[in-house]
Amino acid sequence: MTTQTTSTTVVIRPRLDLRAPLIRLGYFLIGLAILALIWTVLAAVRSDLPNLATVGGSLAELFRNPWYSNGPNDKGILNLLLSSLTRVFAGFALGAVIAIPLGILMGSVPVLKRICDPIVQLLRPVSPLAWFPIGLTLFQSAEPATVFIITITALWPTVINTAFGVSNVPQDFKNVARVFQFSRAQYVARVLWPYALPHIVTGLRVSFGIAWMVIVAAEMLSGKSGIGFFVWDAWNALNLPHVVSAILVIGVTGLLFDQLFGWLERRVSYV
Amino acid sequence: MSESVATETLTADYHASVTALPRSLARHSPKTPALDVLGVTRQYGAYTALQDVNLQIWPGEFITIIGHSGCGKSTLLNLVAGLDRPSSGSVQLYGRTIQGPGPDRAMVFQNYSLLPWMSVRQNVEEALKAALPGQTAAQRAGATDQALRLVGLWPHQAKRPSALSGGQRQRVAIARAFAVQPQVLLLDEPFGALDAITKSHLQDELLELWTGEAEGGIANVLMVTHDIDEAIYLSDRIVVMSNGPRAHIHEVLDVPLPRPRERAALVQDPAYLRLKAHMLHLLGTVLATPH
Repeated sequence: MTTQTTSTTVVIRPRLDLRAPLIRLGYFLIGLAILALIWTVLAAVRSDLPNLATVGGSLAELFRNPWYSNGPNDKGILNLLLSSLTRVFAGFALGAVIAIPLGILMGSVPVLKRICDPIVQLLRPVSPLAWFPIGLTLFQSAEPATVFIITITALWPTVINTAFGVSNVPQDFKNVARVFQFSRAQYVARVLWPYALPHIVTGLRVSFGIAWMVIVAAEMLSGKSGIGFFVWDAWNALNLPHVVSAILVIGVTGLLFDQLFGWLERRVSYV
Repeated sequence: MSESVATETLTADYHASVTALPRSLARHSPKTPALDVLGVTRQYGAYTALQDVNLQIWPGEFITIIGHSGCGKSTLLNLVAGLDRPSSGSVQLYGRTIQGPGPDRAMVFQNYSLLPWMSVRQNVEEALKAALPGQTAAQRAGATDQALRLVGLWPHQAKRPSALSGGQRQRVAIARAFAVQPQVLLLDEPFGALDAITKSHLQDELLELWTGEAEGGIANVLMVTHDIDEAIYLSDRIVVMSNGPRAHIHEVLDVPLPRPRERAALVQDPAYLRLKAHMLHLLGTVLATPH
């Protein structure tokens, strides 16, 4: 029954369908319009808030020369953004390097899970900013202390999700591995890891989202560089259009990275 | 079981000699059962799922286990698979007590259980790599090709299971189990979720793989089902389980129908009709579940 179809396997590429993304974009624009309307009303009622035109002008001004650098305390907006991102990625990467192995251990050794779980639950709800003094004490400098609190932040969602993924391999898959006598290495590479990977990536996505939120606050505290420093600096100079511009830049950056992680999630998803 | 000690050491040779015989001979002359379920009881805490189950399956036989849901038929199959252990008694494969799961009793699961992140081909190849580590890469590729061709899924080898229909997925699962050359192929309600036409196709394909001999096919099939027609069409003998708790074998029925069997002719065959009537009576009246 197969002989006539053995020659070629036709690869059908799905045609690029732009309808769904366009519809999504449409809804996004509607949402933005509503937000702009609310802000306009707010700015009309409270004249101390900058209106959209002022914010637009401020953004244009910031992006006219986004990479300039006039010494450590006066840099272009993208330069500031880059220094924030560098810090977030350093802390996030360090967090992931600790969290993924720890999560795998917790997920595969039940005793370890029972020991670590209460600790994770105890530390998870603590605002990462509370760790800042500990970081300062440990490293005697604001820069590594900031990376330190981002690491702490990035830890929990990844640990929890990795442990969940690793410990929840469905019995069906385990039975397949048992019946066909998969070796330990084969089980890890072909069953455990592919099953846990989407959970791990989801954990990383959540971790990154929180880390990006925390970095702004951390930089406001540490006050040397970065987008959070910029916000605080602008507030001290009573430059509210810059504050609102920074909020937009922070939001768009966070959105872009979330989309990136979302894409990564779909890449590793096996469904 | 006086010979079991002697045959234990000669299992491999013995198996080869018995299963090399034509099916008709093999069925009537063997001294060691292919599978021997010896006084098996399985308890889960205070709950006794199976009580004192005894069953001999001879080389070459196609056996189905039938019963109402909760009668412990899947438990019995899992005990044979080695995925579960009896509380007392033992299960022996050609005289050797089963200690755990293994590819000599490859299983086709109810929900296919293909690894969804691998292609159809990888699913078969990974099983082969694990079950027959002595194979060279070329042998493995050849065995994979053969198994996939037998179930007609060779052209779909690059697809993920999610891109296949239920019938195709179950074909892959059958190909995977077939590829590792099990002595007994175990199937747990494999066609329960399929439509009637797909189901009958798969039943016929399964019968083609079951050659009754170890060489180039599958000697023994042990299958759990709740479908009376399926059981009669496929089996040499049908094991009817009583209802749980403390389920046991209620009756073992011989299927006195010559092969190859013809579906259309069967429905007018008096022997078929008698057997079906008897089974309907058993499952519908004698073993009726109180609801």
